[in-house]
Amino acid sequence: MKNNVIEVRNVFRYFGEVLAVDDVTLIVLKGETLGLIGHNGAGKSTLFRMMLGLIPPTSGEININGTPVHGGAFRELRRSIGYLPENVVFYDNLTGLETLQFFAALKGCERDKCLPLLEKVGLAQAANRRVDGYSKGMRQRLGFAQALLGKPRILFLDEPTTGLDPEGIREFYCILQELNAQGVTVVITSHILSEIQERVQRLAVLKSGKLHALGTVQELRESVDLPLIIRVRQLCPPETLQEVLQGVALEELTLEGNAAVIRCHRTQKMEVLRRLATLGDALEDVVVREPTLEDVFLGYAG
Amino acid sequence: MSNIEIAQIKVIAAKEFRDRIRNRWVIAVAFIFTAFALAIAYFGSAQQGEVGLRNIEVTIASLVSLVIYLIPLIALILGYDAIVGERERGSLDLLLSMPITRLELLLGKFLGLSAALASATLAGFGLVGLLLAYQIDLGALYHYAGFMVSAILLGMVFLSLALMVSVMSKDRARASGGAISVWFLFVLVYDLTLLGVLVLSGGSFGEELFPLLLLLNPADIFRILNIFSMEDLKVFYGLATVYPASLSSPWLLGSIMIAWIVMPLTVALWRFK
Repeated sequence: MKNNVIEVRNVFRYFGEVLAVDDVTLIVLKGETLGLIGHNGAGKSTLFRMMLGLIPPTSGEININGTPVHGGAFRELRRSIGYLPENVVFYDNLTGLETLQFFAALKGCERDKCLPLLEKVGLAQAANRRVDGYSKGMRQRLGFAQALLGKPRILFLDEPTTGLDPEGIREFYCILQELNAQGVTVVITSHILSEIQERVQRLAVLKSGKLHALGTVQELRESVDLPLIIRVRQLCPPETLQEVLQGVALEELTLEGNAAVIRCHRTQKMEVLRRLATLGDALEDVVVREPTLEDVFLGYAG
Repeated sequence: MSNIEIAQIKVIAAKEFRDRIRNRWVIAVAFIFTAFALAIAYFGSAQQGEVGLRNIEVTIASLVSLVIYLIPLIALILGYDAIVGERERGSLDLLLSMPITRLELLLGKFLGLSAALASATLAGFGLVGLLLAYQIDLGALYHYAGFMVSAILLGMVFLSLALMVSVMSKDRARASGGAISVWFLFVLVYDLTLLGVLVLSGGSFGEELFPLLLLLNPADIFRILNIFSMEDLKVFYGLATVYPASLSSPWLLGSIMIAWIVMPLTVALWRFK
């Protein structure tokens, strides 16, 4: 398929007796941003390392742009792949600029592209300082600049925003959006799920090495069927509230003075709201909380 | 197996070499060599009741004894960290995600570190060689040059062994233990064992086998290379009695040294994959 950039087919990976990746099949489309989520030890990093051809799968096949990641032909393709490892570590004795120039030389891209890249990630001021004086956030920025060397068409970003301050995170996603608009394919892992929720097109949930779910945030939410939570503050007595909601299928109704928490299926949402509206002025406040990706994630992977 | 790209090897080698220049490793080791070599050259013949830069053959013999201990140790310390250090820091994955093969990475590390060690050796002993040049004839200078070249080869052998240890070790602590073991084995244990067997058997053991066993130890090859070519010393060391001239061609010995460089690197590459 022309639009398949990354194809992972029936991949297993054992470490000794331990099954780290269990029959994963996953297709990433051109220009797509895919979020890979899962608990520590769920097999994310192993899958990442296999997709980059760093370790071979025990069985199964992985192709990028139709090229097996474990052949000699993959070397050329590496020039168009950017990779930011988790907790990236650089050489303390080099400056930021030298670090970038070293990787630029390996990637076969021009040295004079390095300084503009440092500017792009906000490190121009520190370009000639040694990396051992860099903060965690600065190292992460340098790592990102490194991943962007040579205008990659595919980006693998492992926990890219660890150590970044909110400003840094915002800038990071700005750049990512820009790249996405240029058709760059991105695979990203993150523990801060609320953060990637709005920034990825699809999510892949790994649990104990298995691909547990795959789809858009909306699809995942619907498929796990988590109840909505509706918080109410009313001026009427609790009994009135109970009476109003009589006959609606609720999962749970907790009453506490003039506050109430209603848990119900999403299909009941409008019915509950309509009933609540009949309270008129007695209804002081209503807050509807949709299940977050965290809930979905915990529902799946917890 | 894909083609070898020389450019990638050069990038890695240049980085390793520049690192060692920058952290003053090369200059520090060169200084150690110069200091030792000067002391030995000057005081080396003190037991004959004289000091000063006189007998080049005795000087080389003393230097050989020094270098046999020192260079393997320095090479092992220089190289044991090369791969396992990158792995432990977490930078190995990033390096290997670049368009570079494991062979290129290994060769780049080896050649870069070799260049650093060779520079220190040439600078350190070369300086003393220049001082000696005023005092001695061309033939002796030729021996001295041979000594320097073989010292570099010896360093490369132990660098190659260090890289093998580095690839095979799980962590840096184990790698340093492995490197020290290699040093003990080749520099101390091997010769002592041979000597022990020879003494215990009253010299009757393996007259044929003994020279071949010596060739299995790169440190011994280095000794033979430097001592055998000098008539006076050969007798002095008693080497001629146990080692046949037929096996003493510098080309043969040099080739075995090179085999000793290639073999550990090959094992390292095999285990790296």
